[in-house]
Amino acid sequence: MKAYDVIVIGGGIVGCMTARFLSRYRLNILLIDKAADIGTGASAANSAIVHAGYDPEPGTLKAKMNVLGNAMWDTLSGELGFEYDRRGDYVVAIGPEELDTLDKLLEQGRRNGVPGMHVILADEMRSREPNINPLVSGALWAPTGGICDPFMATVAAAENAVANGVTVLLETEFQDFIFDGARIVGVRTNVGDFGCRWAVNAAGLYADQVMHKAGVRPEFKITPRRGEYAVLDRAELEVNNVLFPVPSERGKGILVTATLHGNAMVGPNSQIVDDAEDSAVTNDGMAEIWEGAQKLIPSLTPRLAIAVFAGLRAHGNAPCLTPGVSHNHDFIIETPREAPGLVNIGGIESPGLTSAPAIALHVIEMLREAGEKLEEKPDWNPIRPPRPHFRKLPREEQMKLIKADPRFGRVICRCEMVTEGEIIAEIHAPIPARNYDAIKRRTWLGTGRCLGSFDMPRVVEILAEELGIAPEEVTKKGPGSEFLTRKTKAWEA
Amino acid sequence: MTTKDRYDVVIIGAGPGGLAAAIAARQNGAEDVLVIERDKELGGILQQCIHNGFGLETFQQDLPGPSYAQRFIDQALDHGVEFLLDTMVLDISSQRRIFATGKHSGIVDLTARSVVLSMGCRERTRAQIRIPGMRPAGVYTAGTAQRWVNVEGFMPGSRYVILGSGDIGMIMARRLTLEGAHVERVLEVMPYLTGLTRNYVQCLMDFDIPLQLSHTVKRIIGHKRVEAVETVRVDERWNPIPGSEEIIPCDTMLLSVGLIPENELSRQAGVLIDPLTGGPFVDDSFQTNIPGIFAAGNVVHVYDLVDWVSEAGRLAGISAARFAAQVRRKENRLVPLLAGENVRYVVPHRMDRETLAETPVRLQLRVRQPIESPVWVEVRNRTNLIARKGELYARPGEIITLEIPTTAYDEVQKADELTLAVVKR
Repeated sequence: MKAYDVIVIGGGIVGCMTARFLSRYRLNILLIDKAADIGTGASAANSAIVHAGYDPEPGTLKAKMNVLGNAMWDTLSGELGFEYDRRGDYVVAIGPEELDTLDKLLEQGRRNGVPGMHVILADEMRSREPNINPLVSGALWAPTGGICDPFMATVAAAENAVANGVTVLLETEFQDFIFDGARIVGVRTNVGDFGCRWAVNAAGLYADQVMHKAGVRPEFKITPRRGEYAVLDRAELEVNNVLFPVPSERGKGILVTATLHGNAMVGPNSQIVDDAEDSAVTNDGMAEIWEGAQKLIPSLTPRLAIAVFAGLRAHGNAPCLTPGVSHNHDFIIETPREAPGLVNIGGIESPGLTSAPAIALHVIEMLREAGEKLEEKPDWNPIRPPRPHFRKLPREEQMKLIKADPRFGRVICRCEMVTEGEIIAEIHAPIPARNYDAIKRRTWLGTGRCLGSFDMPRVVEILAEELGIAPEEVTKKGPGSEFLTRKTKAWEA
Repeated sequence: MTTKDRYDVVIIGAGPGGLAAAIAARQNGAEDVLVIERDKELGGILQQCIHNGFGLETFQQDLPGPSYAQRFIDQALDHGVEFLLDTMVLDISSQRRIFATGKHSGIVDLTARSVVLSMGCRERTRAQIRIPGMRPAGVYTAGTAQRWVNVEGFMPGSRYVILGSGDIGMIMARRLTLEGAHVERVLEVMPYLTGLTRNYVQCLMDFDIPLQLSHTVKRIIGHKRVEAVETVRVDERWNPIPGSEEIIPCDTMLLSVGLIPENELSRQAGVLIDPLTGGPFVDDSFQTNIPGIFAAGNVVHVYDLVDWVSEAGRLAGISAARFAAQVRRKENRLVPLLAGENVRYVVPHRMDRETLAETPVRLQLRVRQPIESPVWVEVRNRTNLIARKGELYARPGEIITLEIPTTAYDEVQKADELTLAVVKR
């Protein structure tokens, strides 16, 4: 049985960040994910916002992780080479009755330690976002809010971990823990058993099942909450800000946001679903998010949508441990006494993306407290150089790229201007993109107006060639999602 | 690689419109014609249309798509048309400067005296995003499936539901059936057929493939690969009729819900688009609002028969050749004015030979080095003196003016270039 110091279960943003920060120390680390790529769950379907931290209830672990995590993103994006823009965000009050909420949020933000917030007047909001609802009565401005490329943030963290010695195994599903008495000494998976001194539960939507296998928190339950989104055509409407409505009991509400891919996005709603894989989009859900979006920007219409998707939040039921704070959906980040060897992370819903790097540091702190020596590796390299995105380069840089490697001259996705060079680079990256969706998340290929109908046959061909497999074996998102079923009769002749 | 950086006519797209335009442009006096095509082969979408029904108007023959295309390809090659394959145009300016790249063609940066836009159209996918449900593999446009089956030789599935009664969808229903697949049915949200009746008869009726009018897909089912679709009948306002739902097991859903002209490049060049057709506003010579930029074929509006696309391409090619000839004539009338001995620069840089028929041309120049003694300021065509004027000195800080008189008209007609010089007397 191959043995590791640490096994991280789950390759979402939390698992990948934890592996990346742990890779600084002399530890033998394994990260496993059941999917054919890392970051395919909540990390791949969210609002892509790095929250300022005024929203979580003061005193909760959520609030603490949010504000600590937020402060880490500038350095993180610089070191890991993914796109991030701290452009600030707004909570927009529509009509006089919503104005009071802004003051409450401002106060809450101050208690959470969010810097620089203030309330701006309606006229100021109108000038900053000309498309805003004319009934705007004011807005809360949080300059530390930001937007990121959540796909590449996850990929970059994992790649940097791999560069620093972490092993990543995909299509490797956690089945059970291996115990020595009460102590966890290994993990059982569909591809075999692995020994470990520490197992980190970063299983996201499945975190409850994983911790129950360790006999921890039997009452803890994840109730998947589906959020539906629509992505807008870049050419049709420009939104340059991150706009939240005033929050309600049901959460932060349906927002309108700019993304770093250039498309504006609206959503999410919040529906409880039974199945943690049920990311289906519904008619009712779409109606709901457009209604919500129009409250902020009345000129938004479903006609502008270029794509729709849904993500699932890992909504938990863990009570906040701070005395005097009654909050029943807090994050869990702990080393439970009843299961030595387990680092238990659960209920990481929004602001989970923002909090991920702070959660990673918290895990390190807990390991230290548990007696781990955590010696730093002298050759730890925090830098992961970014790979070029043809579309975003100035013309001269594009020309240089083509001269150096002619494959950058062949455009495969015409809408998003993604070249063969970029696709091949992703297929052979430290975390190889081995299926269509993996390439799509990394390059934004196939997300334009033609929704991939032009590039799909070409990408299948490239994947087959680069991976040395038959075109019929190429998948959209791992085994079972093959694009093609067989050869035509012409091959028999 | 291209042979020049300046062409009479550059055509974007080597489909039926572009090929016909290229041939017509050469036949009508264009000296050099270049066609830029993003695919690896000529002929555009015709290469994957292996069914017949092409050429009845043009050749009075019923041809398959590739054969129809080949006739135009052969003619174009005979007429000395240049081609750049596997090359994507990234940008066209209103001044007809074209920037393109390709794996083998590298970086292409050239100027055209006239341009024909013939990028064709693409399949509509908006319907796809309005269909609720999951996003598994197995949802393709009919054209993508057609490329896989007819060009690459792969079947994208075994049990199909086709949404939309467009021509490509019906043709694919037949094609897939012939390949041994099962097409469960074709659904059409409208109460009538949207493609050609002949395709309904030859592709659906003859193969017993059911067509359900006033029906659409309510939901896609399946996590990894399509497992089924839920269909529903709709009323005249496309509202689903409750109780009419049906779950149809299948592994593939094809979309054939219409085509839209592809005009991202046209917009970059400043070409105005008619919101109704989705294509450029054109005049009777197929010229857009930008002088020298023409458009032909499905890029203007979606045709029902390829023969009309070829005809539109032919007309646009003729117009483009004429426009290029005018530009060329104008270019030929211009004579460059060059800075010769001790001249730093001359303005204007070029002059129209014909101006001298009416008025003298005034030139202004600066010298490189001061000469503190009398000088000649001269214009020559090679060694022949055309105009000369005396100055007492020449200094870089002072502009010198010189006129070419109308009497120099004949001499200037003969000149390829004129050279200015400032020399000691």
